[in-house]
Amino acid sequence: MNLYYYASPATFYPLAGKLIPWFAGLAVVLGAIGLYISFFIAPTDFQQGEGYRIIFIHVPAAWMSMFIYLVMAFWSAIGLAFNTRLSFLIARALAPTGAMFTFIALWTGAFWGKPMWGTWWVWDARLTSELILLFLYVGYMALQAAIDAPRRADRAGALLNLVGVINIPIIYFSVKWWNTLHQGSSVSLTGAPSMAMIMLWGMLVMALAAWMYTIAVSLARSRILILERERQTEWARAQLEGQA
Amino acid sequence: MNWESWQAFWAMGGYGLYVWGSFGMTALCVAGEIWLLRRHRQRTLDTLRRLQRLNQQP
Repeated sequence: MNLYYYASPATFYPLAGKLIPWFAGLAVVLGAIGLYISFFIAPTDFQQGEGYRIIFIHVPAAWMSMFIYLVMAFWSAIGLAFNTRLSFLIARALAPTGAMFTFIALWTGAFWGKPMWGTWWVWDARLTSELILLFLYVGYMALQAAIDAPRRADRAGALLNLVGVINIPIIYFSVKWWNTLHQGSSVSLTGAPSMAMIMLWGMLVMALAAWMYTIAVSLARSRILILERERQTEWARAQLEGQA
Repeated sequence: MNWESWQAFWAMGGYGLYVWGSFGMTALCVAGEIWLLRRHRQRTLDTLRRLQRLNQQP
């Protein structure tokens, strides 16, 4: 299989269309399993009671918020380096979903912070840098929307995207670098996680479901963007007539 | 099984507001994004088809 073959919007469009139902299906199945683990298999926490179950949304959402930004930055870099139109569109298609997960991470964080810390919000390093991430997503989308010339919008957005990457390690290491109210990470790349295995599994399954969801939605969104950009081409015209 | 009754399930040991506030908002966001995406697709298709028809007129 030649990967470059699918780098062309004309071939990517139908491929994405075929893949969406599979990713959407996986997202539903994994989401159902994840929710089942979250509520019916994972035991009550001895310190936080049932309140800790927010973790099964909060942590995967926070992971996604950072991962999606990195994936966007990867495609932005590829786009800037090789001038591939599709790369910019994929980055653009990911942004709203990334912003959504950032918002969910902040929202669930507030709903977790209130009962456990006694406050909805504190300006500590972890929370503040995550809020900045939300602004970066929103800024990226606003910038794209504000520039009419598509290729300039692509490049400006990609540049903002890449500059903003500096914020990701700041979020990740904030709990180590500063004295934060937010706890340190319970799951690290090195060493055993400091939590029960079943809780870790619940979070991993939920994160996987979030990934499948993200891929399905961003493929669907990239298809719309492609059709808008390519409307003058032969294949896009045929596509529009075919679906009438 | 963790729950003795549905009531206990919804109460979440006194953390009902926070747990359901979190899961509920997440469900709302996901449903909202899918709805917006569908509407975006439909509107784009409508607009592009209209443009195409206008261009085809002699």
